[in-house]
Amino acid sequence: MRALAWHGKHDVRVDTVDDPEILNPRDAIIKVTSTAICGSDLHLYDGYIPTMMKGDILGHEFMGEVVEVGPKSTLKMGQRVVVPFTIACGSCYHCGKHQYSACDNGLPADNQDIAQELYGQPMSGLFGYSHMTGGYSGGQAEYVRIPFSDVGPLVIPEGIEDEKVLFLSDILPTGWMAAENAQIEPGDTVAVWGCGPVGLFAVQSAFLMGAERVIAIDHFPRRLELAKKFGAETINFEETRTYEALMEMTGGIGPDAVIDAVGLEAHGFFVDNVIDQIKASTFLGTDRIHSIRQAIHACRKGGRVSMPAVYGGFVDKFPLGAFMEKGLTLKTGQTHVQHYMPALLNAILEGKIDTTFLISHTLPLEDAPKGYKMFHDNQNEVTKVVLKPGLALAAE
Amino acid sequence: MGETLDTPQRDDAPLATSKDSAAVDAATDTLIDKPGQGDADVLVGRTVTINRPREELFAYWRDFANLATFMENVERIDVLDDRRSHWVVKAPGGRTVEWTSAITEERDGSFIAWASEDGADVPNSGRIDFRDAQGGRGTIVTATILYDPPAGAIGKLIAKMFQREPAIQARRDLRRFKQLMETGEIATGARNKRLQDEGKN
Repeated sequence: MRALAWHGKHDVRVDTVDDPEILNPRDAIIKVTSTAICGSDLHLYDGYIPTMMKGDILGHEFMGEVVEVGPKSTLKMGQRVVVPFTIACGSCYHCGKHQYSACDNGLPADNQDIAQELYGQPMSGLFGYSHMTGGYSGGQAEYVRIPFSDVGPLVIPEGIEDEKVLFLSDILPTGWMAAENAQIEPGDTVAVWGCGPVGLFAVQSAFLMGAERVIAIDHFPRRLELAKKFGAETINFEETRTYEALMEMTGGIGPDAVIDAVGLEAHGFFVDNVIDQIKASTFLGTDRIHSIRQAIHACRKGGRVSMPAVYGGFVDKFPLGAFMEKGLTLKTGQTHVQHYMPALLNAILEGKIDTTFLISHTLPLEDAPKGYKMFHDNQNEVTKVVLKPGLALAAE
Repeated sequence: MGETLDTPQRDDAPLATSKDSAAVDAATDTLIDKPGQGDADVLVGRTVTINRPREELFAYWRDFANLATFMENVERIDVLDDRRSHWVVKAPGGRTVEWTSAITEERDGSFIAWASEDGADVPNSGRIDFRDAQGGRGTIVTATILYDPPAGAIGKLIAKMFQREPAIQARRDLRRFKQLMETGEIATGARNKRLQDEGKN
């Protein structure tokens, strides 16, 4: 089959590799119809994530048609499914509590060592996201092996186009959980750092959960425009002093809840950011955390901090004093995708949530390297790239 | 035997987590049948919680032929009689080591203790305990293994290079046991049979 393989920093290629096979009783194989490049794929592209190996197949936002099932799979041939990016067993203690991204059994036993050393306990498996998360081949490919196919994939009714449901795989549930973690109360003002897909879905979700005002912060005008369309007020941090603006806009109180949807590759020329970059490049610290610092600084006393943004390692200059003195609450984590998928599918079918606005480019899988470069170089215009294995290459 | 291994310690933590090697030696002298005459014993203790009933886990483990399913380095286990089994285990450099193991004590649904018989390539003894977890979370399974590393410290170093060192191996094996019992299968990140056989996760 053809698949997008990682070869190193800024080097991804569509290679011909051998097909996936059923290995375990609960497995299924799907033929991918649509797959997207995620903002977090850019962390891999930029070489920020350890334990990557040449030839690893990327992609964790994908959907397709069931073409093969193991004896314990509950899927049927020909069904269309969206696949959650978190690989969870459905039978352990954590899955029982719907904490799917904390699944005990999604990671192969040997791969659990790294995460156990780094984090204290291993997390669930993830598709296409390094060997620390299981080394599973990802969805930017013609075919994918799906473990635990009896509990993960969500069957999509006929007649609903891919574009409407593809983002159930990751970014829509992630944006929704980000808003849920902000524990929004009626009348709240919620500030969202980062108007990428997760930030934009968090904006939509916050309003659905009863926020009175949402303030969106970014520096890409196109992305701020999208946030505005959903009713958010905007701050362009290149033109405005963010903390002061937030204080003035909230009557000197600060936002009731803050959401950091930026993460470990924060943009912008701030002093702490530059220091973080130097440290990241010299391995003194691994993550650039400007957005979470600013969010904690701005958050009102007793407020809530939600952090869907991806962080991987260690940081310093974390404003622990502000966090403690103001009595803030922090909720975070990889998304429990399986928990949110069914309700969010209904919200889509009922027309309460629209996801199609996000897609700026649709390309054949063969053009995936071009898609990565576009997404990486022009985050203003390129909001989401969807890849279609079935799509013919456009004539140059 | 029969008592838990953590009795002579000052605090409540399991003996295998002690920083004091003298305390470990003193405790293992009295609590576990020491294999061989060696002074290079290594104590490994690993615990995992499995979301299944105690009796079910005990029964699976007690049928020693099952253990090769999730113990990665075990090539073969031949059950000789109700108490004895012969183990063939992968070692560094493509070799194997062998021993015959006998149950020294057991309590149905609760624990199994064993020791290798004379002539073992790697003398070892240990026990596996099954206890109800609090709050209906299933069963706490603890493996405690005492062994003489082959060829002393150098043997351990070589073993570590090959990731066959028992502390790592015991943890991985228990994880695979948990996966098998909870999910009915052992997770693999491989894409197909070829990659799985090459050990690529």
